[in-house]
Amino acid sequence: MTYKYDNVYVGGYSTVVGPYEKDGPLSKGFDKSYDNLYMGEKTWEQAEVRLLTDSIDILLKKVQKDKKNIDLLISGDLLNQVTSSSYAALKFDIPFFGIYSACASSAEGIILGASLIDGGKIKNCISATSSHNMSSEKQFRNPTEYGAPKPKTATFTSTGGASIYLTKDKTNIKVESSTIGRVVDMGQTDPFNMGAVMACAAGDTIYKHLKALKREPDYYDLILTGDLGVYGKEILIDYMHTEYGIDISNNYDDAGTMLYDLSKQEEVMAGGSGPVCSALVNYAKILPKMERGELERVLFVPTGALFSPTFVYQHENINSIAHAISLEAVR
Amino acid sequence: MEKKEYKKIVDRHKPTETRIQNAIISFLIGGLVGAIGQGLIDFYSKFLDISSKDASVFMIVTLVFIASLFTALGFFDKWVTFAKCGLIIPITGFAHSMTSAGIEYRKEGPIYGLGMNIFKLAGSVILYGIVAAWLFGTIRYLLMGGM
Repeated sequence: MTYKYDNVYVGGYSTVVGPYEKDGPLSKGFDKSYDNLYMGEKTWEQAEVRLLTDSIDILLKKVQKDKKNIDLLISGDLLNQVTSSSYAALKFDIPFFGIYSACASSAEGIILGASLIDGGKIKNCISATSSHNMSSEKQFRNPTEYGAPKPKTATFTSTGGASIYLTKDKTNIKVESSTIGRVVDMGQTDPFNMGAVMACAAGDTIYKHLKALKREPDYYDLILTGDLGVYGKEILIDYMHTEYGIDISNNYDDAGTMLYDLSKQEEVMAGGSGPVCSALVNYAKILPKMERGELERVLFVPTGALFSPTFVYQHENINSIAHAISLEAVR
Repeated sequence: MEKKEYKKIVDRHKPTETRIQNAIISFLIGGLVGAIGQGLIDFYSKFLDISSKDASVFMIVTLVFIASLFTALGFFDKWVTFAKCGLIIPITGFAHSMTSAGIEYRKEGPIYGLGMNIFKLAGSVILYGIVAAWLFGTIRYLLMGGM
């Protein structure tokens, strides 16, 4: 499902991160960072809520809007029942949608918000997302102090909150079009190789987007996937070439490989992951580049592994999804 | 694309794990833990003047205490990541699995948090440890008449 937007613009964005992201190469691009993973809270879950509320607070200040003037807040995260988002939303008193596409949640939020703005139902909205390394480890894997060894293909859930303000008022970045992805199953069962789980979904969505709009990959200055990591990135390039005969290697990168310094920060293994990973890289590095005129057209493709430990223990495959959003600099 | 073909692509981009290196590290660290255990048995039986059977209980308590303490101090998880099965298989791993679960879930309270989750990882070890002990005990009884 691909469609274009006439009057949806990016009015601002904000990022808040934890210590590992602060030590990474994008450090200067973040609005706020914490040195401690608790962020002054008592639990990992409350720390994640703090990251999300901080990012929304900062965004409201940046775009100089009162929360009363925001029509809709859309937010998604990894915790059961999308709780980080709803607890954060409680503090803002803005009409709220809690959404879930795992690590593609930021894209789902932008597509929903942009569609409502384009349809004239709302004037503006905030789309937010968060993840926390420790709250995710606790929920999906082992206790955080356990430190079980992981294979090289494992990715590292990034810690942060990221928000974007979408508006019908013209700015210098336009949300040009989007493609809603479908759920994909390629028989993958390894929760320590999420890059392999999600690369096929990214490939499927990118191909459908390019085909629907009759575009070549080089139409875009950059195609940015969400959190495939080092090996998932290789798989996607190979998959696009083998399945569709499309070469994306010239203008393609993956946010998971950009958030951390992979040679120095060895604990992140194959790279960053989590819903906030792609949003952090996009809002801290890519959108500023578009504003400066260094990039013109970007295809943003967050990828999500729709992973449930229960289903995997019941010997089901891990499904995945990816949504694509085309962003264009306006001159 | 068929799932089989996709699997081929995934396999082409799978890094080789350093299995031999991991095995050597685990072997050496695991052996070291065993040697420390034996040292503790000798120490206790000599200086406390107790039987080596009693001393081995003291040794287990000591290792469990040290592992739990190091987990609580926050660096044992990094040791486990490095030493892998060298620290997971000995009694240190059992203690570590319980302490780390205890630390993680204590914030949900003593009943629904700590109590319900402390055996999250160790539960399987206990269950199948008891089943295995029963099975081998039965075999021993049948073959050797309880000797």
